[in-house]
Amino acid sequence: MVPMPYYLIVGAVLFVIGIAGVILSRNLIIMFMSIELMLNAANLTIITFSRFLNLMDGHVFVFLIMAVAAAEAAVGLAIIIMLFRNRETIDADKFNLLKW
Amino acid sequence: MDLKLATIDLGLIAPEIIIAAVAMLILLLGNVVRRRTILAYFGLFGLVAALLTALPRWGNPASGFYGMVQADNFAIFFKIIFIIAAGLTILMARRYLISHEIESPEFYALLLFSAVGMMVMAATSDLVVIFLGLEIMSVPLYVMAAFARHDVSSNEAGIKYFIMGAFASGILIYGIALVYGATGTTDLRRILADWGFFEMHSQLFLYSGAILVLIGFGFKVAAVPFHMWVPDVYQGAPTPVTAFFSVAPKAAGFAALLRIFTYGFADMSQLWAILWILAVLTMTVGNILAIFQDNIKRMLAYSSIAHAGYILVALTAGGDGAVSSAAYYLLAYTFFNLGAFAVITLIDTRNSSTAQIDEMQGLSGRHPFLAAVLALFMFALAGFPPTAGFMGKFYIFSEAIKNGYIGLAIIGVMNSFVSVYYYLRVVVVSFFARPNKEFEAVSYTPAIFIVLVITAAGTLILGILPGYWLSLARAGIFQFL
Repeated sequence: MVPMPYYLIVGAVLFVIGIAGVILSRNLIIMFMSIELMLNAANLTIITFSRFLNLMDGHVFVFLIMAVAAAEAAVGLAIIIMLFRNRETIDADKFNLLKW
Repeated sequence: MDLKLATIDLGLIAPEIIIAAVAMLILLLGNVVRRRTILAYFGLFGLVAALLTALPRWGNPASGFYGMVQADNFAIFFKIIFIIAAGLTILMARRYLISHEIESPEFYALLLFSAVGMMVMAATSDLVVIFLGLEIMSVPLYVMAAFARHDVSSNEAGIKYFIMGAFASGILIYGIALVYGATGTTDLRRILADWGFFEMHSQLFLYSGAILVLIGFGFKVAAVPFHMWVPDVYQGAPTPVTAFFSVAPKAAGFAALLRIFTYGFADMSQLWAILWILAVLTMTVGNILAIFQDNIKRMLAYSSIAHAGYILVALTAGGDGAVSSAAYYLLAYTFFNLGAFAVITLIDTRNSSTAQIDEMQGLSGRHPFLAAVLALFMFALAGFPPTAGFMGKFYIFSEAIKNGYIGLAIIGVMNSFVSVYYYLRVVVVSFFARPNKEFEAVSYTPAIFIVLVITAAGTLILGILPGYWLSLARAGIFQFL
């Protein structure tokens, strides 16, 4: 069996990739995907602890987080589509009407 | 063996159920009922009904759903704040939404859903349920920020709030995952009970998890290194939405923060140094940047950052007295900040409005009452006696001194002096500036008049007779089972 730290390291790497994506990317869709990556990193971490420490509740939390991620995706993509209709761009640097 | 099935007690979450049901009914009826007024008042009715079901639990704390729901005084105190904020926002929003042609039933439904999320956040001692409540609160707020669909600055506010909010949620849930790994539970009561039994490697997880949780909430309550979205979102969002943003999610974030850091992680002494720095930065940066703002919504955004700093002082001081002073301050802040935004909302119902501070010129000549209440709210924000703002700051800083954080209290008081400048600027402009042109009249509705009267009365009553309310807040400190 693969030992626990491996899973945790993969989770941590995913989380860092997610943060880097949000900070470095200028495309709203990629920023949004990076946020989903962060949520999935948390999911992987929770399920690892849950499995290796023999705790069942973690399995349930993962489903809750997946539901939250889906709700966020629905709202976030709707906002991005609305932006694209009004401005015909999803480049984050173009949204500078308000001082960032 | 006996099976325990009796722990599902719907009575504990009755207020949340009522508000959620009313919100769903509003969504359904919105297709049938043409008169939007009915829907708005139906929403208000739901809030009042929820308040009436929440109040009898006062002094009678109970825990349910396997410890995931805590219906204690602390939760009820914050539920009252959320219900007041949501109700007053419904009252003040309608006129603005109509004049900007964005009124739709969904607005009231989203507002109520968001209030449900806040109530969930306040009424639990489980980290995962806090996260769920946070998301139930935030997802409707993203939509509300972008509610003026055809207004590009509202769009921009919506996307900025969404990206930053979702980013913060990601950090928060990863932090919760690490805490879960270190302790094997997400229940704050068990984390507190098992403190000191964790091994060395789980200490590492625990501390990094706690710091990530703190960062996640730092975004939500607008603490300083994580505040950059606040001015943009406050300026771009429709004004009544900004009013709601500035009080309710902040109170919810602090309700959760207070529970996590003064209860579950209470023994994590190294964290207090971080909180100290956070509080000082938040107060100072918020106040200094507020001085340079010409847009009144943006100015109040920085002011709300500064007020988050004052409440962080209470959080840093820790202890029962500080928690109750923070709760008291959040209640007082709800009244005077919503009041200030109600005045701005009224002025902003004119489509020509740009919400610049200079636009207030001639306000006192045209609308003496409006100018007077605006001055009252500005004095309260600045912390003058006999308003609630003074008593709130007084309690927070005296608790800080009592717990040995004298430096923090001194920095806080100095910050209050700085803040007087930009609050009084609004008063001076609205009373004494010689107007370039006639102030364009605004027309009251009874609803917004009620909002102004309630908020002004709340500001004064909490300031003149603080004892009763403070004892309520004191009784509101956790009575965990």
